[in-house]
Amino acid sequence: MTDLQRCMGRLSIYLLLFAFALLYLMPLYVMVTTSLKDIEEIRQGNLLALPNAPSLYAWIKAWGSACTGSECQGLAPFFFNSVRIVVPAVLISTFIGALNGYVLAKWRFKGSELLFGALLFGCFIPFQVILLPMARLLALLGLANTVTGLVLVHVIYGVAFTTLFFRNFYVSVPTELVKAAQLDGANFFQIFRHIFLPISVPIFTVTVIWQFTQIWNDFLFGVVYSGPGTQPITVALNNLVNTSVGGKEYNVDMAAALIAALPTLVVYVLAGKYFVRGLTAGAVKG
Amino acid sequence: MRDISRTRTGWANRLEHWLPKLVLAPTTLAMIVCMYGFIVWTGALSLTKSGMLPQWEFVGFLQYDKLFANPRWDVALSNLVVFGILFIVISLIIGLFLAIFLDQKIRLEGAIRTIYLYPMAVSFVVTGTAWKWILNPGLGIEKLMRDLGFSDFEFRWLVEQDMAIYTIVIAAVWQSSGFVMAMFLAGLRGVDDSLIKAAHIDGANVWQTYWHVILPILRPVFFSAVVILSHIAIKSFDLVQALTGGGPGYASDLPANFMYTFAFNRAQMGIGAASAMIMLFGVLAVLVPYLYSELRGSQRD
Amino acid sequence: MLKRSIAVCVAAASLALTPASYAAEVEVLHWWTSGGEAKSVAYLKKRLESQGVNWKDFAVAGGGGENAMTVLKSRAVSGNPPTAAQIKGPSIQEWGDLGFLASIDDVAKTNQWDALLPAVVSDVMKHDGKYVAAPVNVHRVNWLWANPDVFRKAGASIPTTWADFMVQAKKLKEAGFIPLAHGGQAWQDATVFEAVVLGVGGPEYYKNAFVELDMAALNSATTDEVFRVFGELRQFIDANSPGRDWNVATSMVINGEAGMQIMGDWAKGEFAVAGKKAGTDYVCVASPGTSNAFTFNVDSFAFFKQSDAANQRAQKAMAQEILGTDFQKVFNLNKGSIPARLGMARDEFDSCAHDSMNTFVSSAETGGLVPSFAHGMAVSEAVAGAIYDVATNYFNSSTSPADGKAQLVAAVQAAM
Repeated sequence: MTDLQRCMGRLSIYLLLFAFALLYLMPLYVMVTTSLKDIEEIRQGNLLALPNAPSLYAWIKAWGSACTGSECQGLAPFFFNSVRIVVPAVLISTFIGALNGYVLAKWRFKGSELLFGALLFGCFIPFQVILLPMARLLALLGLANTVTGLVLVHVIYGVAFTTLFFRNFYVSVPTELVKAAQLDGANFFQIFRHIFLPISVPIFTVTVIWQFTQIWNDFLFGVVYSGPGTQPITVALNNLVNTSVGGKEYNVDMAAALIAALPTLVVYVLAGKYFVRGLTAGAVKG
Repeated sequence: MRDISRTRTGWANRLEHWLPKLVLAPTTLAMIVCMYGFIVWTGALSLTKSGMLPQWEFVGFLQYDKLFANPRWDVALSNLVVFGILFIVISLIIGLFLAIFLDQKIRLEGAIRTIYLYPMAVSFVVTGTAWKWILNPGLGIEKLMRDLGFSDFEFRWLVEQDMAIYTIVIAAVWQSSGFVMAMFLAGLRGVDDSLIKAAHIDGANVWQTYWHVILPILRPVFFSAVVILSHIAIKSFDLVQALTGGGPGYASDLPANFMYTFAFNRAQMGIGAASAMIMLFGVLAVLVPYLYSELRGSQRD
Repeated sequence: MLKRSIAVCVAAASLALTPASYAAEVEVLHWWTSGGEAKSVAYLKKRLESQGVNWKDFAVAGGGGENAMTVLKSRAVSGNPPTAAQIKGPSIQEWGDLGFLASIDDVAKTNQWDALLPAVVSDVMKHDGKYVAAPVNVHRVNWLWANPDVFRKAGASIPTTWADFMVQAKKLKEAGFIPLAHGGQAWQDATVFEAVVLGVGGPEYYKNAFVELDMAALNSATTDEVFRVFGELRQFIDANSPGRDWNVATSMVINGEAGMQIMGDWAKGEFAVAGKKAGTDYVCVASPGTSNAFTFNVDSFAFFKQSDAANQRAQKAMAQEILGTDFQKVFNLNKGSIPARLGMARDEFDSCAHDSMNTFVSSAETGGLVPSFAHGMAVSEAVAGAIYDVATNYFNSSTSPADGKAQLVAAVQAAM
């Protein structure tokens, strides 16, 4: 390949990558600019135009004073509700997934692969199906409409994926290490703590990011299983955006959607490289 | 050296033997009850006369008959096939190509990669809302192009019965292809350089190297990507609600939306349950052979 | 010792901060989340709080109540339904049949609801002869909203029959206006369909076919005509209508892009927000062919059985407030509907509301007062949904009237 050809080749690669980058950024751009415009400008204007007089009115209203029911306190209280739900759910489901993955990777027994397959297949149930029976189950456990109940639901339905990630990662750890440690007298948990945990940072990152995104963005479980005063931000956003009467304030809607998406966006932007590194380390290989 | 294990007490030994199973026990219990138990519950419900809430009066396959006589269900099913195939294939292709290009030691790789990846962070509701605007003929792309001078430009898929489902494909691919790219990128980074050098020495050009050497190594990544993408495809409920509301008419309805509407809004839980069972059978029929062949294959390696 | 006393202090403090468990409270499920609606609900909340009843708001918007119904069913199944929920029409009977609803008959008797409510409305609120729900308002659905300026410019007049509608709409179209502003969502398609049914077939046909679900009526030549007229409307809406929200369509009439909209009286709120005056900036007339008919849609709160005595009392306080004159006035002025309670002062309501109130009473006498099937008042959810599917599919495709009729008959039969 001549130098010119190589140069043209690289140029076209860059061009293609930038073109795609623009495509990917477009919706975000639309949302941000719309949230900074005022209503008249939105109604008359052009989707991709920059705001004439950018203002934070929509953001302030969405955070603190938009109506989400008879309450008009914006998204702020719900933001913290989501945090209270997401943090325990992510930590618990990740931890359980780690132990499960450890067992399925290195302590296989008859039927463990079948179990893994069954777990994977179970992920595919449409969640609408389980809404009613799960409500009955939570009531039986005395957890109906509590944060604990909602966290439990998220953990149960998140464990399949976290187990998948950890199992695929741990499979690549040489079994000889485990055998050697056993010969040295280490037991099940000691091997986990001393051999597997220290190398697990990338996979923990991937799993935590994935679970955080899934649970933070969840609407269905949040709306059905939360109680009054403990509804997550997705429910509030839905109420805010789906008002049935009275002029829609598109700028407030967009600002609210961005506020709701901010934590996950921040996580992806800041920890994105760890995400790829974790995937490289084998989260989803084989 | 075997004696070391025997110096432990019998009790500890047996615990060690059972511990792995004990660790898996809570998950297994949750899986049996909350996944398969509920599937059985739904299956039983689909054989009853349930209306607004579950009523255990069995009527055989009546609900399935009603389901398949409903024209909206046919639309939903065919939409799922179209959407599923297009979504998975296009995401795989775009993800793979973007990964290959990004793997070429690009400057600003971190920034570009973040840009491809961020859509995954956003919920489907937000994606649907944003794309609803962009694809709206009066407000979005069509208007933009016309304002720029292309006065005959038309892009009204969103409001056309036959094309609405493809808008859902577009939005879903936008959301998920970045993640596929990240998976492939990780896979490519894990490919041993020596293999590539060997192929180069054997005289293979770039395309042949990729096709014959690298892609086969990426097979497990394809597997994981397909599993995750199918999972997203089947769960694509929020996206339809936010982007088209199932419209125009019910032309872009998907089975998950159909099930939700009939079970909770039409007070026809029986039909809702039947539709859910059909969805599950469909997933079973497609995924189980795939899961089986791949998991078997990985064990053989 | 210090630790122990700190612990005691903390325990005492937390006991003091815990609200007394015997305080009455109502948990209310609704989907009124816009600014105006929130104000109305907040008014009710304030009234109840002044009586010592705590209001726990439980708003779930979206899908025209779909999400709210999902949550309600889950709560019912798990055994802790809310105190009150925004349920209307035949659904009240369905919930009552399942045994979930609490009787508020004592409140009704004390406050003489039977005298304050027209029979059509009170029948819906009762289950087994006892009141289980309180009506909040009465919406009239068969309205045509028009921009007189647009008509003037096009040299057209506001139609009163469907035949005339086609003529005038053509004139509007030729003058460059959009004749009918419409939002392409299933419920809006059904609302227009309902207006055509009532205008073409009349109240008797409407009741036979779409309330009693008489197959002979559904399969008649009138239905062919209904579908024919409905199909002709397709040419008068603009191509961007699919997915459009109803209030965006109203704004098209407000700013003179479109001439007319067929929508219920809640559209009035949009005109008010835009500062338009009834009679001058916009005109409200009955949708073509329905001037003596009144398609009603009554929002109501149904009450669920509660185990706690204090909550039961709170429930009754809420029921009483809802039919009180103050709440009825405030709520309906905000929402564009008319009070469910008869005999209220009229002065603060505008001309369209007066027309509604008059027609409400007169049509009850002549048999023109019909429940809206497009808004869940006439038939079960299953049948209403089936009609939605047929109407929306028909409107968005080029199905023939004969096929439309066949689909309707099949769908209704399957859903019954």
